[in-house]
Amino acid sequence: MREALRLAWVIMVKDVRLELRTRTSLLSAAVFAALVLIVFNFARDPTAVATIDLAPSVLWITIAFASVVAMNRAFTVERENAALDGLLLAPVPRGALYLGKYLANLVFVFVVEAVALPLFVLFFNVDLSRALGGVLLTVVLATAGFVAVGTVFSAMVVRTRFAELMLPVLLLPFLVPPLIRAAEATSRLLAGRPLSEQADALTFLALYDVVFVTLPMLIFSAVVDE
Amino acid sequence: MTPDLSQARAIIRRGRALTALGLAGVAGLMALAVAFTPVEVRQGAAQKIFYVHVPSAVWAEIAVILTGLTSALYLWLGDRRLDRFALASAEVAAVLCAVVLATGPIWGKPIWGTWWTWDGRLTLTLFLFFLLLGYHSLRAALREPADRARFGAVLGIMAMVLVPFIHLSVILWPGLHPEPMVLKPGAPSLPWVMLRTLLVGFGVVGVLYVGLVSLRYGIELARDLREDADAAHA
Repeated sequence: MREALRLAWVIMVKDVRLELRTRTSLLSAAVFAALVLIVFNFARDPTAVATIDLAPSVLWITIAFASVVAMNRAFTVERENAALDGLLLAPVPRGALYLGKYLANLVFVFVVEAVALPLFVLFFNVDLSRALGGVLLTVVLATAGFVAVGTVFSAMVVRTRFAELMLPVLLLPFLVPPLIRAAEATSRLLAGRPLSEQADALTFLALYDVVFVTLPMLIFSAVVDE
Repeated sequence: MTPDLSQARAIIRRGRALTALGLAGVAGLMALAVAFTPVEVRQGAAQKIFYVHVPSAVWAEIAVILTGLTSALYLWLGDRRLDRFALASAEVAAVLCAVVLATGPIWGKPIWGTWWTWDGRLTLTLFLFFLLLGYHSLRAALREPADRARFGAVLGIMAMVLVPFIHLSVILWPGLHPEPMVLKPGAPSLPWVMLRTLLVGFGVVGVLYVGLVSLRYGIELARDLREDADAAHA
């Protein structure tokens, strides 16, 4: 178990280092998130709709689309020069490989969110001062779940003909149930309701995380081993 | 014994016969519902759609569960028959979901006054439909038969696990959908004549499900055999 965790860590560090040296996809994903926020601002009638009414939806749609963009890279980089074959030849349990990829994706999506959240506060004039802890907790719990699903799917779609389109088609139905609960909790938190009232939504998200982080560990070998 | 093309043809023939039987049954069901079942007092003629809608919905969910279970078994045992069944069942489930999503609004417009509402059950069916479409687009986009089977199984399992989460996430939304009248604690609150027509509906859609699944299974078997033959030649 400890060995598997160590290997997962090594794979994560490799991915993060690779990304830090090229910076292409992380930068594009962050810019993409900013652009989605800007588009939202102009896709609304400013005289009719107050920004705060839209804020929770905007935040979650931005997170959803930006994460899909960010997760596309996880296995496309391994595709080049058949790097994935090298990775698979290494004596790494497939569960650990999945975990490493998952952690790396988690880092990327968190970075994108760390860029998107302040911009969201700035553009949409949201007062996060009281709700910051709760919103962060919601974002972290929701992200942890759908990134797990996205990691599995990104490993599958790289073998298809149009991976960039296939990932959102597969992932969005999995992303919406946690998103429903997360958006609900966010809008209540932004309306000044206490965190304790959101226990239901947060429990749901935590349950989703546990199930969808564990399940792929059991079946990931079917995804990568031929 | 390894299956050959004649076996595939036999399965397809049987599937075709059962499908024809099922379709004839659907016609009979409609006649039974319209002519021999009393008109519901409050909803009038619109309620007739119930006899097609509910059995299709129940069979769609059964089909999704069977896809998930056979997918899991396929990953475990590696028997290609399981994969073919999972694929066939998922495809028929998509058709049944389409039936449910088409008949629901036709009923909803006169009764609710709206074609669509984000009610829990409607949302659930819509999600199932998109999951199944995703399942088929994934399989269609993969060139390697082995990938199709393995990735299809992974997605099938994950979709089955997702279903309770969809239930949990949409259940709190205020809903308009009628509550179950038959599959609920206590005795069915449906009059016997209506229950009879509904049961016929379950049977007829069940026959249609088995027929379509066999048909699709046979086609997939023939396709696998052809791909194996091509691979042996190459």
